[in-house]
Amino acid sequence: MTGSPPIRVVRGTALFIAGDDVDTDQIMPSRFLRSTSFTGLEQHVFEDLRQAGPHPFDDPLHASASILIAERNFGCGSSREHAPQGLARWGIRAIIAESFGEIFAANCTAIGLVCVTLARADRQSLSKACVDVPDAPLCIDLRRQRVEAAGAGFACTLPEGRRQQFLDGSWDSLSLLMADPAAVEEVDARTRVFAPPPGVL
Amino acid sequence: MAGRALYEKIFDSRVVREVLPGRYQLFVDLHLVNEVSSPQAFEALQERGLDVRFPDRTIATADHAVATRGNPVLDGSPENIRQVLKLRDNARKHALPYLDPERGEHGILHVLAPERGMVMPGMTLACGDSHSSTHGAFGALAFGIGTSQVRDVLASQSLLMEKLRVRRISVEGRLGPGVYAKDLALHLIRLLGSKGGVGFAHEFAGPVVEAMDMEARMTLCNMAVEGGARCGYVEPDDVTFSYLKGREHAPSARAWNRCQAYWRTLRSDPDAEYDDILSLDADAVRPCVTWGTSPDQSVAVDQPIPHPRSLPPDQQAAAVEALAFMGLEPGRPIVGTPIDVAFIGSCTNGRISDLEVVARLLNRSGMKVAPAVKALIVPGSRAVRQELHRRQLDTVLENAGFEVRDAGCSLCCGMNVDQLVGREVCASSSNRNFKGRQGSPTGRTLLMSPVMVAAAAVSGAVADAREVFEEHGA
Repeated sequence: MTGSPPIRVVRGTALFIAGDDVDTDQIMPSRFLRSTSFTGLEQHVFEDLRQAGPHPFDDPLHASASILIAERNFGCGSSREHAPQGLARWGIRAIIAESFGEIFAANCTAIGLVCVTLARADRQSLSKACVDVPDAPLCIDLRRQRVEAAGAGFACTLPEGRRQQFLDGSWDSLSLLMADPAAVEEVDARTRVFAPPPGVL
Repeated sequence: MAGRALYEKIFDSRVVREVLPGRYQLFVDLHLVNEVSSPQAFEALQERGLDVRFPDRTIATADHAVATRGNPVLDGSPENIRQVLKLRDNARKHALPYLDPERGEHGILHVLAPERGMVMPGMTLACGDSHSSTHGAFGALAFGIGTSQVRDVLASQSLLMEKLRVRRISVEGRLGPGVYAKDLALHLIRLLGSKGGVGFAHEFAGPVVEAMDMEARMTLCNMAVEGGARCGYVEPDDVTFSYLKGREHAPSARAWNRCQAYWRTLRSDPDAEYDDILSLDADAVRPCVTWGTSPDQSVAVDQPIPHPRSLPPDQQAAAVEALAFMGLEPGRPIVGTPIDVAFIGSCTNGRISDLEVVARLLNRSGMKVAPAVKALIVPGSRAVRQELHRRQLDTVLENAGFEVRDAGCSLCCGMNVDQLVGREVCASSSNRNFKGRQGSPTGRTLLMSPVMVAAAAVSGAVADAREVFEEHGA
């Protein structure tokens, strides 16, 4: 089992997706979940919203963006990993929001897509700056838990355990979970007594 | 030391180790595997040369992609068929218990696992589907996960998780006639907002929850995720135990007393410290209908569609946009909103009690589905379908103008051949009114209880079921 590369800093330009409660059905509509692979999902990120009108993901000014800024509860709803997979394959490497749908944030962590939260006022200044100056560079520093943009700096947060996973390159969770098989077997044996597994049908 | 809520007790009992500060390896007792979120996970196992760690703690079946008419597998789209057969092959390869739709063993995992007695108090459960929260109804901790975590559970029978905060939601009083768990869930989500539960496990308690049967509790816990909570649960009690007793995978008679004695200890301590406590008066809850594109955008059926300006400032822009998408006019009653499709089913409301009450009301009233409405009943599992037939309720529903289909997620998720077309408006007993959710990017969903869907179906428009079915609740 190989470790995953450490992620300490994410630098890049950003694009802003306005609105609360942007659900994963918007990020990746259901009809793109019928494949048995994640390949090509980058083509369908926000597809229905992009069909309906101008969208930041079609704006040439943001074509090379690698950071997504969002409002509250970004990625709520369906647990589909196709949503973060599509974003990551499109080129997004970090998401800054006021809050996240929790399954979405867990899925992002598992594929090395950084999610950090910012206070509302800070997020507002940051998204305004990103809309005003689309090519302004941004830097998310996980070591110091700071977002730096055009001379302004904001404190950002993420759960400490996840931060350490990014910093030490263990965000690919499977290696951590496979490290102590005896401990898993102990819980398995202990819990079989009162919650018999269904076994062979 | 203060007492612990049930959430903490179960969590602590399943911690394998604290891997990083606040980041725990949590053992998963039962893993439900579907065809949509698993193929890439099995592929990842293969790439790393890993096998499934505990096949007997894993159950696989296809629910999202099955057809509800004709052959459940072969009458899907080519992509649907490929997904289902991929799951079958992966299950065979890893010797996983597989409930085969081609043999009629299928159903929505969140309907099927409980009805077979697979979900028990004190368990941890995971499934690559957000509505896994359903299983909390049994006093279990149940988590929706994505594909990478499906891979993790297959390979290690565990997950990396943080501890959630716990909010106790005590529901006092009683639900009025014609008001159901679904209405309570929608009411709560409106109250707390779709993000009100973020960071929390919701403990549902109080006399109203205690009085609910298991299927109503499942509806309530199912919708916890729509309020932003990672999971919801109810402390197990005699209602739980008597539901489980005698079911296929429940403990045998010999083990029963021992298991039940243990389950009785699975309560929150009286001096448990909660991160938040909310008390709610059930008498104030009325049948709810959503008017927007987020589950918190709902009104009581006797209320007008709200003016965005009457909402808190931070919700106004979203409301304007949602109303434009829905083509609804603020200030008008929600009652009378015409519908094209009526859908009763899903992991929220596709169980026998949901369908039984609809059949009873239609039978008594003699009412028929309005001519312009396409009305579907999709049982949550093949077993529910068979029970409908055994009690001749399928005939009642068909005589009233509903098409009674075979089991599956159907029109809830837009991933199979059942889809809305164009801008159709669907009165739906499902769980999400997101744009495009039911398969058409411009399709529109009005969430409500199964009985309210039935009332809308016979009226051709949103209607107050308490008035449509006069004798309701009597």
